[in-house]
Amino acid sequence: MSYQTTTKDHAALAEAFIKDEERVDWHDGALWYIREKRDIASKGIPEWEELREAASQIKSNVISNLHDYLLQFEANLKKNGIVVHWADTPQEHNEIVYAILKAKEINQMVKSKSMLTEECGLNEYLEERGIGVINSDLGEYIQQIDNEPPSHIVLPCIHKRKEEIGELFHEHLGTEKGLSDPTKLTRVARKPLRNVFMPRRAALTGVNFAVAETGEYVVCTNEGNADMGAHLSEVQIASMGLEKIIPQKKHLGIFLRLLARSATGQPITIYSSHFKKPREGQEMHLILVNAGRTRQLGRPDFQNSLKCIKCGACMNTCPVYRKSGGLSYHNTISGPIGAILAPNLDMKRHADLPFASTLCGSCSNVCPVKINIHDQLYKWRQEIVKEGHASSTKVFGMKAMAWTLSSSDKLDKAGRAGRWFMQNVPFVVNNKLNPWYKQRDMPEGPKETFTEWYLRTNGD
Amino acid sequence: MTTREKILGEVLQNQPASLPLPDISRFQGNEPDVVQKYKTVFESIGGKVFLVDDFSTMKCLLRQHYDTSKRIATTLPELGFELISPDVDPHTYEDVELAIIRAHFAVAENGAVWLSDEVMGQRIIPYICQHLAVVVRAETIVPTLHEAYEIIGEGTYGFGGFIGGPSKTADIEQALVLGAHGPLSMAVFVMK
Repeated sequence: MSYQTTTKDHAALAEAFIKDEERVDWHDGALWYIREKRDIASKGIPEWEELREAASQIKSNVISNLHDYLLQFEANLKKNGIVVHWADTPQEHNEIVYAILKAKEINQMVKSKSMLTEECGLNEYLEERGIGVINSDLGEYIQQIDNEPPSHIVLPCIHKRKEEIGELFHEHLGTEKGLSDPTKLTRVARKPLRNVFMPRRAALTGVNFAVAETGEYVVCTNEGNADMGAHLSEVQIASMGLEKIIPQKKHLGIFLRLLARSATGQPITIYSSHFKKPREGQEMHLILVNAGRTRQLGRPDFQNSLKCIKCGACMNTCPVYRKSGGLSYHNTISGPIGAILAPNLDMKRHADLPFASTLCGSCSNVCPVKINIHDQLYKWRQEIVKEGHASSTKVFGMKAMAWTLSSSDKLDKAGRAGRWFMQNVPFVVNNKLNPWYKQRDMPEGPKETFTEWYLRTNGD
Repeated sequence: MTTREKILGEVLQNQPASLPLPDISRFQGNEPDVVQKYKTVFESIGGKVFLVDDFSTMKCLLRQHYDTSKRIATTLPELGFELISPDVDPHTYEDVELAIIRAHFAVAENGAVWLSDEVMGQRIIPYICQHLAVVVRAETIVPTLHEAYEIIGEGTYGFGGFIGGPSKTADIEQALVLGAHGPLSMAVFVMK
């Protein structure tokens, strides 16, 4: 269930998604509803824009002093009795988790939501070695039993209809056929999922914020699944990307005010858990993961993407995301933020993603830490073309356009030719060979150009 | 070179010139009636607020609203229920119907209460119970999270958390359902 297997690009994957028009409209509406809830929540805070600015500045300070903050965080974690590990690659991360579990002879683990471990392919790695992993977040659990990756970082199965979930539960949990009421479905999943926590000796969580000053980390959930796993476990593991650091505890006031309001329009997630020291008799491990983050840090145009607090607001507002679905992005982090993070991981494989945008800028406007997402999308396009990773039709199209626009004479001639074709032989452009014609009609060619019209009506 | 040295070396080499931290002392709430605000916000999340004068009124309300024939566990000796032991296996609390514990304070803007493991009895208690009831003193309610973190400071706890309502999910078609893995309901008794 990783993305590594697909070879189709965003446009091809989106084409499959948009075949079902009713579903696309529903998906579009569901995400826009969350965007509207975010707007209502943010407008309830008069100092909202100041909070965004402060959050952005705190993250700028983090990015520019990350070395010292990492050292401070590590020293404080150790003081608190937490074992610290460093992983440079996803592979190294997975090996560390495996070694921790192996040392304790543990062969079953429960995991709360963690996009980082999805990115690392941890579940598959452990399963190949005989260790079962269950994703305890309801949305992630649904995606796991359907053998699909999450389509949204906050709402992992937002693209699924309740009837499809009912069918999955019927197959995997033995519920009655045809059950599709969300409350009933959640209730039937409650019992088996609560039973998952009981026998599991190891629990892994992600990290939302890591406080350098105190050596504690904060995990935010609505279901309480991170806490159920962690507080019953004998071995607790937290995996975090290097960029999750914040300098001081009081900064949590800023970030926790922004996070849930931006994500779902809630005033705060139901559970904001601050883990500082292991419980008596418990082992606690924290893995600091690089996986390309130091490389992104070294790219001046793109380093601000490391400010991301993973709220998903840019996805909910994006017209392309809403109409193409998260799975079309073939990357764990989808949507606009995914499209600026993914090319850093593998520019060739993700060369299509920065083009999956209208550059409307809505993502940058809702981002709680003010990442200039649409500027970075634009800059990645240039980078990708320069490195020779753009598709040949795109390169040809751009070159043809640059040539046409290079002089008014050429533009005039091209315009005349285009109008003649559209007026006299429209079938030459209105056919399947023209990608523009897909889902669109070509316009009727106007009788005259603006210049001709201007000269005729106002000229001397 | 170890992985740690490699990563730290790359960070040092690639991080941009240092930028300062902003002054965030200007952020503070100015809510005139924090108790009323707290009640409104918490009930909008799906919680229930009871304003009570003392433990005897609270006991009456508990009997009215909960099935007291089931297992009830608490850290508050005033209530006369089973006392939570910090020394037993946390798994043994799986069948607790109602847990009643004290919170340090509450936050008006988001309905959350702050609890550290010092008042939970056991870390698992507020998450594993079917229903959660929390006692908080009215005078401890603060307007925003900024005041909250001023009070928490560094803290002496091993674990602490904000809890802002019953466990919830909207993972199935955005329909809000209370009671995902954790408590199906949460009540806060605000004591004058």
